[in-house]
Amino acid sequence: MHVIENGNVAAALGVKLCRAGVIAAYPITPQTPVTEKLSEYVESGELQAQYIPVESEHSALAVCIAASSAGARVFTATSANGLLYKHEQVQWAAGARLPIVMAVVNRAVGAPWNVWNDQQDSISQRDTGWIQIYCADHQQILDSVIKAYWLAEKASLPIMVCYDGYILSHTYMPFDLPEQEKVDAFLPPYRPDYALDPDQPANLNTVTLPDVRMDVRGELAHGYMEIRCLLHEDMRKFLQTVAEAEERFSRIFGRSENPYLEPYRCDDADHIAVGLGSITYQLRVCVDALRSEGVKVGVMGVRLYRPFPDRAIAEALKGKKRVMVFEKALSYGYEGALYSDLKSALYEHLAGTGSLPAVQNFIAGIGGRDIRTQELTDALRFAAQGHTAPEPVWIGLKL
Amino acid sequence: MQVKTNILNLPTEEFVHSGTRACAGCGLAIAYRVGLKAFGKDTILIVPPSCLTVLQGLFPIASTKLPCLNVTFASTAAAATGILAALKVNRKEHIRVAAWAGDGGTSDIGLQALSGAAERGDHFVYLCYDNEGYMNTGVQRSGTTPLGAITANTPFKGKLQPKKDVAAIMAAHKLSYVAACSAAYPLDLYDKIRRCMDLPGVKYLHIHVPCPPGWGYDPRYGIKIGRLAVETGYYDLHEIINGEFRLTAASEKLLEKRKLVPVREYFRAQSRFKLLTDAQIEEIQKHIDAKWEGYYKKED
Repeated sequence: MHVIENGNVAAALGVKLCRAGVIAAYPITPQTPVTEKLSEYVESGELQAQYIPVESEHSALAVCIAASSAGARVFTATSANGLLYKHEQVQWAAGARLPIVMAVVNRAVGAPWNVWNDQQDSISQRDTGWIQIYCADHQQILDSVIKAYWLAEKASLPIMVCYDGYILSHTYMPFDLPEQEKVDAFLPPYRPDYALDPDQPANLNTVTLPDVRMDVRGELAHGYMEIRCLLHEDMRKFLQTVAEAEERFSRIFGRSENPYLEPYRCDDADHIAVGLGSITYQLRVCVDALRSEGVKVGVMGVRLYRPFPDRAIAEALKGKKRVMVFEKALSYGYEGALYSDLKSALYEHLAGTGSLPAVQNFIAGIGGRDIRTQELTDALRFAAQGHTAPEPVWIGLKL
Repeated sequence: MQVKTNILNLPTEEFVHSGTRACAGCGLAIAYRVGLKAFGKDTILIVPPSCLTVLQGLFPIASTKLPCLNVTFASTAAAATGILAALKVNRKEHIRVAAWAGDGGTSDIGLQALSGAAERGDHFVYLCYDNEGYMNTGVQRSGTTPLGAITANTPFKGKLQPKKDVAAIMAAHKLSYVAACSAAYPLDLYDKIRRCMDLPGVKYLHIHVPCPPGWGYDPRYGIKIGRLAVETGYYDLHEIINGEFRLTAASEKLLEKRKLVPVREYFRAQSRFKLLTDAQIEEIQKHIDAKWEGYYKKED
């Protein structure tokens, strides 16, 4: 069924279709409408779930961590400083290997206060052990939530479904809303290997030593380092799991996409613009404009940021002349995090092959600064013409 | 007449293995052992970082026979809410949830989450074991460290502020049940847990637990010191049921005796109070006497 709704409702519909059992959230703009909508579904009885209006963002994830540990499918959503306040729990959820799905409605972080969109919030959580999926339209938001539950439960890893505040969260566009039966066929009820149970008592997340240790039966149990290494290895394996999910999804829903990258006019392009989220769709307009000028340029959205699809990215960019990375976040004191990651992937897979593209970083839209398509096109043309700058170039900066 | 458990009819089933990592003479070890007997098997525990984390043992060995979720410092009560929500969804509402946190994890960093859960009225028992400082990290002051106590970060002057009254804060949330207990009176603790565990909303139990390394006394005197705190009228065993306050156990008996042990005896038994001057102790004695005069008047 086609519906016209905003991005936050798309996320809420996804959660409802996935039959989340426990939802906990704390208000923060621009996330709030997601959880307001879910509270409507719960109060009206459309969704059989426990809705917990917690007293803090930290507690929102505390409820999800505990409920997930006790065997419930859970959801929370957040933005900006809310996510930062959750940070300790974000790390905890990953270490505890809980399949929590959290929508991150991207917004700039303080100080100074700013409620508008950029991606500094989720990018700053890059190294926490969470899967990060970025969406560029409402269909992707809805589908990503549905896929995320299957993936999280399959891999025992928490997932952030990230989408740009306002640009996606508060705008309306049509998308296909799948039937409940299809979602049920895709996503079986949550049956964890272990949930807290007095009949099988276990002490979860207890103090774990630096080295391995014998248990009472004389078997060697993991030390902290083994547990953390497995978290990393399972995140790397997720690169295969995500393909499996895509195959399963396309079989049931009749649509599929590249789970790692979303290329547009890339095949014959000399230059590729790369980004996360809605900016990649805006870049398509720039690409079309430059193509009409004869500049062979394409754009590639990165859908899955963690684990980083380094091989897929290197393959997609192999032999291209230039790669321009547009980011709404940066690692202060250096450059955009995606840019660093992308360069690392190119070096890892293409160094010495003679097909290493030149690279340039652009920073745009920080704190909701309007990204003008003309400025974006000019930046793209500037780089395509072979101009380079040693530092990230800030688009639209008025210093 | 309320049921009073004695040592002969206390259940013999243990939920804490012997040989925990608690310090010799640890008050918490007593409270935890007896407390878990009161809750029984169908219980899920929540524990934030604290002495109890250590007592429970190091992975993969655990000293508790009940399922337990270790959670972050500030999130104890919210985690209890999460467990309850999952139990509801999975139709296992016969299982009880008991959160055990220290005084720092309750009166300081965990207060916001506890207040939130209390306001929401989530059905679990919250037990704050109060050893009056951050003992697990090496005896730093907490909100419940008493006036005058030397700690690792009040080294030369002792704590300059009085103890935060968390039970009163929780009573202000109009809970169905609030109580003050002591590890030196474990049967009173047992009875209080039994009385409250099926009441609605958050039930709050504050447990005074003597701490040999933190308080500075020979481990064999832990019970004696815990009792002195009560017999001097310094720490009162009580419960507040739906707003009705009453003294219990040994504190209730003091109402009849009307004779308090001088608080000096409590202070002078612990090295943490060695900076308290006679004049300061006199001042504290006056406060205690005035408080008890109030109790006597109410009784008359």
